[in-house]
Order: sequence, then C-alpha cells, then structure tokens
Amino acid sequence: MIDVSFLDPFQQLTIPVGEWVEAMLNYLVQNFRDVFRAARWPIDQILDLVEGVLSAIPPLIGIILSVLFGWQVAGARMGVFCAITLTLLGLIGVWEQSMVTLSLVITSLFFCVVIGVPLGILSARYDRMEKTIRPVLDAMQTLPAFVYLVPVVMLFGIGNVPGVLVTIIFALPPLVRLTNLGIRQIPADKIEAARAFGCTPQQMLVKVQLPLATPTIMAGVNQTLMLSLSMVVIASMISVEGLGQMVLRGIGRLDMGLATVGGLGLVLLAIFLDRLTQAMGERSNASGAVRWFQVGPIGFVVSLFGVSAAKQQVVKPQPKKATQE
Amino acid sequence: MSNTQEILEVNNVFKVFGSAPDKAMEMLRNGASKEHVLSETGQNVGVFDASFSVKRGEIFVIMGLSGSGKSTLVRLLNRLIEPSSGSIKLKGQTITNLADKDLLNVRRNDMSMVFQSFALMPHMSVIDNAAFGLEISGVDKKTRHERAIEALEQVGLGSYAYSRPDQLSGGMQQRVGLARALANDPTILLMDEAFSALDPLIRYEMQGELIRLQKEQERTIVFISHDLDEAIRIGDRIAIMEGGRIVQIGTPEEIMNNPADDYVASFFKGVDTTKTIKVKDIAQTSALTVAVNQHQAIDFSNNPNEFVYLLDSNNKFVGVAPSTVNGDLSLESLMANRITPQFSVNGSTSLKESISIVSESPYPVPVLDDKGGYQGTLSKEYVLSLLANN
Repeated sequence: MIDVSFLDPFQQLTIPVGEWVEAMLNYLVQNFRDVFRAARWPIDQILDLVEGVLSAIPPLIGIILSVLFGWQVAGARMGVFCAITLTLLGLIGVWEQSMVTLSLVITSLFFCVVIGVPLGILSARYDRMEKTIRPVLDAMQTLPAFVYLVPVVMLFGIGNVPGVLVTIIFALPPLVRLTNLGIRQIPADKIEAARAFGCTPQQMLVKVQLPLATPTIMAGVNQTLMLSLSMVVIASMISVEGLGQMVLRGIGRLDMGLATVGGLGLVLLAIFLDRLTQAMGERSNASGAVRWFQVGPIGFVVSLFGVSAAKQQVVKPQPKKATQE
Repeated sequence: MSNTQEILEVNNVFKVFGSAPDKAMEMLRNGASKEHVLSETGQNVGVFDASFSVKRGEIFVIMGLSGSGKSTLVRLLNRLIEPSSGSIKLKGQTITNLADKDLLNVRRNDMSMVFQSFALMPHMSVIDNAAFGLEISGVDKKTRHERAIEALEQVGLGSYAYSRPDQLSGGMQQRVGLARALANDPTILLMDEAFSALDPLIRYEMQGELIRLQKEQERTIVFISHDLDEAIRIGDRIAIMEGGRIVQIGTPEEIMNNPADDYVASFFKGVDTTKTIKVKDIAQTSALTVAVNQHQAIDFSNNPNEFVYLLDSNNKFVGVAPSTVNGDLSLESLMANRITPQFSVNGSTSLKESISIVSESPYPVPVLDDKGGYQGTLSKEYVLSLLANN
C-alpha cells in the first residue's frame, strides 16, 4: 500500500520525465543512430560548400566584394562601413576563424529560411497551425541550450554539423514568428482588392502577401542571424570551430587576451551582419522610382557606359499635373 | 447596344452573418424581422431580401447610412462575401452557382472593384498597380503595360506611370484605383464609396470625371455612396437602403417627388431641390408656338399670350416674337420682329443654374433639348411660385 501524505503528495506522486527521456534517448541511439547520421548529410553539403567558398577567397578580395555588395544595397556609407569592420577583423588576426563562424551562421540561416518561412506562411494561413506551433517555438527559444546539446551529441556526434543543428533550433523561432506576423498584419483592404481582381491563393501569396511582408520577414532574418552568432559560442562546447572556440579556449585557460579577441571578432561580425541585413530590409521597404541598376556600383558602371536602355524605362514624374490636385 | 438591356439581376438576396445562418434564414423565410432574428438567434442580418436590376450603361447608386448593408451588398455581387440565399445573374450567367474557378474568371473579366481606401499595392509602381488585374489574369507584360498606360491616360495620370503610389495625393491614388479597374475592361464596375475618402473639391472633380468616362465608354457602374448629393449628381437610378433592406429604387426625381416612406423623405429634407430638378421636367407647355414653315393663316384672336415662339419643321426653336406686332400678324412680320438677344436654357440643366437666365430674359425662357428642339418655357412668375412652394 502506498503511503500518500495529503499535505505533501509530491513525495510519492511524481511523473518520471527524466527517466522517460533517458529511456527514449537510449532507444533512439541504439536503434536509429544511422538515421540521424544520415540527416547530417544535407547540412554537411551546404556547410562544406559555404566554408569552401569563404575560405578560398583571399581576405583583400573578400573585403572588396563585401564593400561592393554593401554599396549596392545601402549606398556608399555602407560600403565604407563594411570595409572598416572587415579590415578590423583581419587586423586583430581572426580572419580565418571569422570565416568559419560566418559559414556556420550562413548555413544555419539558409536552413532557418528554408524551414522557417514556409512554417510562418502556414501558421499565418491556418490559425490551428499557429496555435500548435507556438508552444514549440517557445520551447525552442527558452529551453537552455545545454539541455539539448547532450542528446544532439549522442545522436549526431560532435563537430560543426551538429553545431549548425543546435544553432538552427535556437535561431529559427523569430523567423517563423515574424513571417507569420508580417503576413497577418497586411491591411485587409489590400487582401480584399487582390481577391476582387481574381487572385488564386497562390497568386495572393507570391504577388501580394510575401512582397508586403518582406520588411517584417527581413527583420526576422536579422534576428535569426544575431541569435545564430550568439549560439556559436555555446555550440563550440561540442567542438564547433571558429570564433566561439577561441572564446571558449580563452576562458578555459584563463587567457583573457584570447577570449577578448574572439569576443571582439564576434561583435564585429555581428555588427557587420546586422547593419547589412537591416539595410536590405529597409531597401525592401523603400519607395521611389529609383531602380536597383541606377544605384551603387552597378549604377556607376551603367552610367559610365551610358546604357541608355535603362534610362528610357524610367519616366520621371513631371510636375505638369501638379495644378490639378 | 440597347440602353434598356438588363445586365445584372439580383433576386431576393439575403446575407446573414453569424455561426448559424441556416436557422436565421429559416426564421426570415417565415417572416421574422431582422431585429427579431438578432434577439432570438444572435445572427446579424446584413442584407435583407434585396432585389434589383442594373441596365447596361447606367450608373446605379446604392445609397444608405453606414450600417445599412450597402457595402455588404456590393460585395455579394462578386462574392467577396458569400450570399446566404438568393440569386445574382450577370449577363444571364448565375454568379451565385459558380464554381471557384469560374468565379475567379468573373472577377478577372467581368467585375472590377474600386475601393474607398484605394487599396493600391505599395510595393508596385503606378503602372504595375494599374496592370494588376491583367497580371493576375496572366496577360503578358507588354500587353498589360500598354493597356495600363491607356487606362492611366484616361484618368489623366499617364505621366506618373513609374511613380510609387505613396508619392501621389489621395485623389491621384484613387485615379490609379480607377485605372486599375478600367484596365480590365470589365462588364460592370463596382465602386465602394470610391470618393468618400477624398476632400470635397477633389471628390466633385472625380465625380465629373466618372460621369465623363461613363458617357465616353458606356460603362455600367454600381456605385455605393452615403452622400446624397453624390448619388443625385452621378446616379441614373438610386436604390436607398435602410437596415439591410432596399426601401426604394428609382431615378433621383422619382424618389424625391415620391418618397416611399418617412425615412427616405427625411434623406431629402436638407437637399436643395433646385439643384436636382431638371428644367425640362418643369417646363410649361402652355405658350403659343407657331411652325414657321406653315403657310396658313394665324389666328391670334383671343390670344392671351404676350409672346409667340417660332419653331421650324423639326420642332427646332428659331426665335421669339411679341404677339402684338403693330397688328401685323403675318409670319413674315413675326420673323422680322424676333426679339434679340435670344435667351434659352438647356433642358438638362438644373433649375438653380437656370434662374439667372430666367430673371434676365424679358420673355419666358424657352427650354430646349441638346439639338435645339423646343420643350416648353419657363416664366419668372412660374419659377418664383415654384421656389415659394419649395
């Protein structure tokens, strides 16, 4: 007979969550390890590709390319900003590690977008989907990373690929949430107008909802990038390389110099990525008759060669009608 | 294209909002009132037994206060809101039975809508906005841009094709909204309080623009409005709605002269009727007229009229002469003694616009149609008595 105390029933009555999880994990590890190993494959491929490209580019070429990119999407000031942050990265001697971290972040961003945007679209369309997915997203964001580091290692092993995996778990939620939000907050009259002109649900998504939600989705991308970067340090505990590894090693050896350099590298990288994605988000929000081929380095080249076709397309508004309104 | 052909027929359409519309419909069929249904079942009746038809080439205005169900009614026409029961026919095709795919085609080809809030796409240039409906229908880029430019030129925005909607003023944005609807070349144009968000001057200008477009292109338009002046100005016929019910349908004059109930009458209380009454409807036909090509003796004995109105064989007005021309009442002397300068008013002008001419003219002013045909006269005394009774 079980002796249950009424005042403190939890002495005897407990749900053995811990044991269940352990049993299930053991079962999974023993029977499905190969399945999980196989799941590494796509991440491996993308990571190899990105890392291969980034580490093959010499620092100077890398800086020049990113300056051109920054200039194109957000003007000359952004170009200068890119040059400064990346040069500093090189000067403090963490270029190589930065590229490793960057490729980890880009890979996890890639998977976050591939998974997160469709999830966001679905949860914007179906209320039930949103209700189901919300507690899962809460758990992904609040569950301490250390809790799932261990099972991930048991199932996937250690190294960069499981590192990307835990990063995806941590960084995915804001993208899903903001995609959902971005689509839901589109003014009802725009949706109604699109329906009145005979949009199919697919046309509605591609021609109206996604373009109008782009600024919000870009904010989600920005958040995902930032969270990825902050996760990189924790992920270095399962032997993920890059700047996080520097920080972890510095702390382990009480080498404050090493830790600070790694941390500084992370901050510089974060600022660089943050500004760049923010500028891209603003661009998608921007209005005006100016086209992409009229600004930045491409616009510069176009105007140099006097490509007139580009100019003809854009008719500047004339002040002729101003008197009417 | 006959002017009396009925293009849109709406028969006994109901719309019930709520979770259990069937039960509410059952009650309505058994003659329950809207208020009764709401208190019994909690279901809100949006449109109550609406029936009307729209003729080809007319502007049909649905007018009512906010909450009267007029915006719901117009959305039932293209099934942005599904009707609870009733049938809607466009060109003989029953809209209410259409499958989704056919409904999309109707929305793409036959019905275009203009919205109170403009509802332009902010991420598209003006030309892409105007071409939006065509893009949705799968028209290739070159063709749809040509047609969009055409539509933009019709509304006077041709030179703004590559601007963004947010660079334009409200009136111009609604012109884009109009161009977007016109670019599809729809059978029928649905305008939901299209000008209500504009300031009065621009609104007046846009109404004129719409009347012009309608005349040029013989458009059939269903126009929703809460503004009586607007309804009277642009509407060929007006349907007045109250509490989801259509209470009266008719031309502005018919409704004004014969309001169906106190509610309709109260609408017209503040209206300056001199603005809405057309002079052809009140012209007196008692004046003496003479056809100038008739070679017969004119008998002016017992003639109480001071003036004689001279008409040609096509009933066209050629002049006025005093009926006591030195005793010589031959046609020649009447023609020779025509009074100058000549005054006349067009039959389709409003009484208000005609008052100054009537007061200036030394004789009762002849009322003429567009081709100069004689329709009657307006004397100062008569106009004054009308105004006094008004």
